[in-house]
Amino acid sequence: MEKFAQHTGVGVPLRRSNVDTDQIIPAVYLKRVTRTGFEDALFAAWRGDPEFVLNQDAYRPGSVLVAGPDFGTGSSREHAVWALKDYGFRAVLSPRFADIFRGNSGKQGLLAAQVAQEDIELIWKVLETHPGTEVTVDLVAKQARCADVVVPIHVDDYTRWRLMEGLDDIGLTLQHEAEITEFESRREPWRPLTLPAKHLPPVEIVAARPVVPTLPTGDDALV
Amino acid sequence: MAGTLAEKVWDAHIVRRGTEGAPDLLYIDLHLVHEVTSPQAFEGLRLAGRPVRRPDLTIATEDHNTPTLDIDRPIADLTSRTQIQTLRNNAAEFGVRLHSLGDADQGIVHQVGPQLGLTMPGLTVVCGDSHTSTHGAFGALAFGIGTSEVEHVLATQTLPLAPFKTMAITVDGTLPPGTTSKDIILAIIAKIGTGGGQGYVLEYRGEAIRALSMEARMTICNMSIEAGARAGMIAPDETTFEYLKGRPHAPEGADWDAAVDYWRTLRSDDDAVFDAEVVLEASDLEPFVTWGTNPGQGLPLSASVPVPAEIADENERVAAERALEYMGLTPGTPLRQIPVDTVFIGSCTNGRIEDLRSVAKVVRGRKKADSVRVLVVPSSARVRLQAEAEGLDQIFLDFGAEWRNAGCSMCLGMNPDQLAPGERSASTSNRNFEGRQGKGGRTHLVSPLVAAATAIRGTLSSIADLGPDVVAPDGSPLTDSHADMQPA
Ligand code: SF4
Repeated sequence: MEKFAQHTGVGVPLRRSNVDTDQIIPAVYLKRVTRTGFEDALFAAWRGDPEFVLNQDAYRPGSVLVAGPDFGTGSSREHAVWALKDYGFRAVLSPRFADIFRGNSGKQGLLAAQVAQEDIELIWKVLETHPGTEVTVDLVAKQARCADVVVPIHVDDYTRWRLMEGLDDIGLTLQHEAEITEFESRREPWRPLTLPAKHLPPVEIVAARPVVPTLPTGDDALV
Repeated sequence: MAGTLAEKVWDAHIVRRGTEGAPDLLYIDLHLVHEVTSPQAFEGLRLAGRPVRRPDLTIATEDHNTPTLDIDRPIADLTSRTQIQTLRNNAAEFGVRLHSLGDADQGIVHQVGPQLGLTMPGLTVVCGDSHTSTHGAFGALAFGIGTSEVEHVLATQTLPLAPFKTMAITVDGTLPPGTTSKDIILAIIAKIGTGGGQGYVLEYRGEAIRALSMEARMTICNMSIEAGARAGMIAPDETTFEYLKGRPHAPEGADWDAAVDYWRTLRSDDDAVFDAEVVLEASDLEPFVTWGTNPGQGLPLSASVPVPAEIADENERVAAERALEYMGLTPGTPLRQIPVDTVFIGSCTNGRIEDLRSVAKVVRGRKKADSVRVLVVPSSARVRLQAEAEGLDQIFLDFGAEWRNAGCSMCLGMNPDQLAPGERSASTSNRNFEGRQGKGGRTHLVSPLVAAATAIRGTLSSIADLGPDVVAPDGSPLTDSHADMQPA
């Protein structure tokens, strides 16, 4: 994993709260079995809208996303982080992140830094009045800088250390393999094992077949 | 020292205590795997030349991509087929037990664990799926993880985890007829918000929770994640033990006795301190439905679509405006007047045998509204078999519903069961996000009873709207609070 101490890049103001992972990457893209190549999937539902921030030339090369609160809620899909990274984002700033998203980010070298709502507003203002302005995210100094705005960022110490050292999770854990083995030797016999497999007798499952479809009609009756 | 249920389970799994801000390293008892979040994890293992450390604590199934029709034919969608084939190859290569489409033990991953008796009190359970919180209903500490964590657990059977806060959610009183555990959790989410549980493990307690069956408890814990929580838990009791006893992987003989002795200690001590507490009165509850595009945007069915201009908080107002535009709803419309095109009964939230029974009770001898298509999708192949053994399938077919094979189905737009753009559903699933059930699809989250009543009337309805005879067709209240379930 690449070490992350400081990054400077074009800031992208995403004036939305509750951007859930279905918005970051819709479910249909989850079928791929590779780890890269998800850049086209990022915010796919919004990318068709010419007004959408990433469709504006000044923001297109963005690498620091500045979002509203509750970013990354919903499904635990790590693809959300891959899509952001594949697009070119190195950092996301938000007043509040969903836990799983934040965890996933740290492990993939994407910085998810918490920034107070009023500070986000300050940065939004700069980015919207001067599209294309760069934001510097500095893990060493624990701050984000954008034109003359300097605001504190919050990242837990452990994640910060890991990002700065560029450490891989599994390698880190396997340094303690002896302790894992010792723990396993104390595991109570009632705790379940999946193997050998036990189950009720196998039964043949009959396939359901399509019925003559009553085609759904789009509903606009309530507009 | 006094502790909460969650802290007790956590402490029993610490392999190595974190120092200086580093997280604790926790041992994982049970790892559930499905086709969507595992391919890249196995790819990672292969690239690093690492084996699966404990195949005997790992189990896989196919659910998200699987069709619910023609399951004996090749999967038409090429990418779905690739993903499923990749899981099959990986399971074979790494020695992981897999229940494939067509196997009697295939089903939604959160149904497979409990029905095999693998999910038990006091375990740590993880899965690359946020609704892993379902398993917390047994008093397990269960949470969703991302793909790199899946790889981490496959390689080490542990996870480094930052500590969490605890929140007690006490639900007092008794559920009124026509309301279910789904209404409890929708009301909780509407109350604390989709971010309200952030960083917390929720513990549901109180009289109304104790009265719930195991399956109804699963519905509540399932949606903990919709309140932003890490996990949800319910202390195990006789209901839990009874559900587990005799299931294929439940402990036997002396192991069972030892387990039950230990499980009885798994409750929050009387003087345990929670970081936050929420209290709810069950007898005040009504059937709940969502009107917006996140599960916190819900109201009692008797209410009307909110008027954004009346919302004081700016973020919430903007979110409501956006949601109503997407949902195609006019502020002030009574919720009961909203017509739906599709009713979906299924998912890991409400696709279990009790859910199917409660729907069957309502729709028996009736016909669905002409304007509505109704999909009934059991959460697992075993649930399907059980329902057929009880004749429920015929009730659904006579009603005009489709009776499908098991899977995630219309809970998410990854398989052929999807909403068309603009199509509106009443769905017993757990997420009403934009496009969740298909691009442009509009979702109202509801309980199985509301789904059944809505299928009959064609507009969002509760069983009270059907007249008094349906409220108690055989003299029993139509709540799921006392329903029992035999091992399916
Ligand atoms: S039924 Fe829905 S929520 Fe449950 S595992 Fe499947 S997709 Fe996820």
